[in-house]
Amino acid sequence: MLRERYINLIVLALLLVVPAHAYVTGEPFTVTLATRAVIFALAGVGLNLALGQGGLVSFGHAAYFGVGGYVMGILASHAQNYEPILQVPFLIEGTNAMPVIWLVAIVMSALLALLVGALSLRTSGVYFIMVTLAFGQMLYYFTISWPAYGGEDGLSIYVRNQFPGLNTLDPIQFYGICFVLLCAALFLVDRINKSPFGLALNGAHQNEERVQTVGINVYRVRLVAFVISGAITGLAGALFADLNRFVSPTMFSWQISGEIMIFIILGGVGRLFGPVLGAALYILLEHFLGGLSEYWFIYLGAILLGVVLFAKGGIIGKLAKREVSHDG
Amino acid sequence: MNTLLLIEQILNGLQFGVMLFLMAAGLTLIFGVMGLINLAHGSLYMIGAFAAAAVAGWTGNFFLALIASLVAAAIVGALVELTIIRRLYARDHLEQVLATFALILIFSEATRWIFGSFPLFLNVPEVLKGSITLPGGIQYSLYRLTIIGIGLAVAVGLFLLISKTRVGMRIRAGENDREMIAALGVDISVLYTMVFALGAALAGLSGALVGAIQSVEVGMGEPVLILAFVVIVIGGIGSIKGAFAGAILVGLTDTLGRTMLPLVFGSFMEASAATTVGSALASMLIYILMAGVLLFKPTGLFGAT
Repeated sequence: MLRERYINLIVLALLLVVPAHAYVTGEPFTVTLATRAVIFALAGVGLNLALGQGGLVSFGHAAYFGVGGYVMGILASHAQNYEPILQVPFLIEGTNAMPVIWLVAIVMSALLALLVGALSLRTSGVYFIMVTLAFGQMLYYFTISWPAYGGEDGLSIYVRNQFPGLNTLDPIQFYGICFVLLCAALFLVDRINKSPFGLALNGAHQNEERVQTVGINVYRVRLVAFVISGAITGLAGALFADLNRFVSPTMFSWQISGEIMIFIILGGVGRLFGPVLGAALYILLEHFLGGLSEYWFIYLGAILLGVVLFAKGGIIGKLAKREVSHDG
Repeated sequence: MNTLLLIEQILNGLQFGVMLFLMAAGLTLIFGVMGLINLAHGSLYMIGAFAAAAVAGWTGNFFLALIASLVAAAIVGALVELTIIRRLYARDHLEQVLATFALILIFSEATRWIFGSFPLFLNVPEVLKGSITLPGGIQYSLYRLTIIGIGLAVAVGLFLLISKTRVGMRIRAGENDREMIAALGVDISVLYTMVFALGAALAGLSGALVGAIQSVEVGMGEPVLILAFVVIVIGGIGSIKGAFAGAILVGLTDTLGRTMLPLVFGSFMEASAATTVGSALASMLIYILMAGVLLFKPTGLFGAT
């Protein structure tokens, strides 16, 4: 446990030092890369709660990522065009205030996760994987065929949204916002993992019958975890849209679901900092391998295959040399 | 809507359905016998289509191209099974998903590297070009009708293979109890490679057949793969009968939904709004169908409970 804690601290320290150094030496591009890594990490932290702790292999988390993105896109585009979203029966206006957008993104993706989770959790195992994948794909096709918000072309937002007291267009300040949110999500997930609820969730992962016999409603525990998981990933989607100032149906694509899973498996399934390390590593690979060869996905595929076949427990698993612990 | 158009759309739906069946049959067999969820099945579909396009380009013969698609997909399938897939049977589903996802990345990029990013085209052979007149005066594309025929023939062949032959008996035994059939002296690893290659060949054939209607390009397999997942969730995983029923149901629902829904909404809405709402809803229809089946039968129509 000690070793894993040290690794986590080193990862956190690097996430603070590297962008700060890049900012001081005048490399805003590196800050943007780091921001991408932190946002992807946040999406991964969300999925890790369902996948790592709960053993719920959701292959459709792009749905929540995309809903978060489109919440930002829709609210900000209405604010930018001064058109209210809804006039009857009551007035709803667009907004460019980040805290409001985050809140709406969290609520909307949680609602979607509630719906998808309630249906998919009736199944298990390989059915669950396919069903979550299919629901993600359903939203992808829906956004493509619904023309109101750009359809296939997506939606551009010209100015980054505002946060009271900060200049969000300054890369390092926007990075700071994302970093703080990631830390908040890590803290929340850590508390959940150590709570009776988290122990029940993990217990159901290891032995469903036993947890049921103790009198815990496994379906409900899993559904709540799935909803929280979707909400965190939705928040990441809103940030990602703000980083690019652009949303498109690709945010819903099954490749995004796969990538979020890759972050977790690279770092270590079920480990608090697994997705953080995995996302950072993914961004580094994308940057350096992408610079080496146009066909860098071949190398990524080979690395992923190697990790799955030979390095159980991911990078943190290899470094910490200990199974995931649940006692904290 | 007139009856002729409706019948034509039903035939289109059937054609789409039998193609989905070729994909879904392999997936469901591989899951049923080996317990493996194989995302790379879409890559085998793509490999079949590219092999057919390449051979058709060299020889100009469509039937050689079809054979090439079967052979290429079966060989690639067998090689992948021998080197990588067989290490995954004992692993959990998460690891199978990630490893086969990695295979998709490798196959797609390798294909892009060999053939480039531009789509290839596979022409429908002269013999099958044009349309024929069906009883009742319906003009229908001969090629699409041939696809329906091939699909149904494969379905019957597969059914006979599994229910009547010795290999089929072993496959069924493998689904029921892996340890027992290995203990009875059946070389289970050869059986696994055969089943995987058979599934791969079916996927490759379906890629080649569809490649002549659509374009042959990298990434063509994954949308079909996800539809095939919907099919086997509806039909029940591991059941060939379920895969067939699910495939026809999904094919018909999707095709008819796309033509009918805009018309249905048009009967009480303004035309452009009706097209928008209708087509958006049509794109979600099969997933709604899947959700409906899950509500009432979480293990699918023909799944074991």
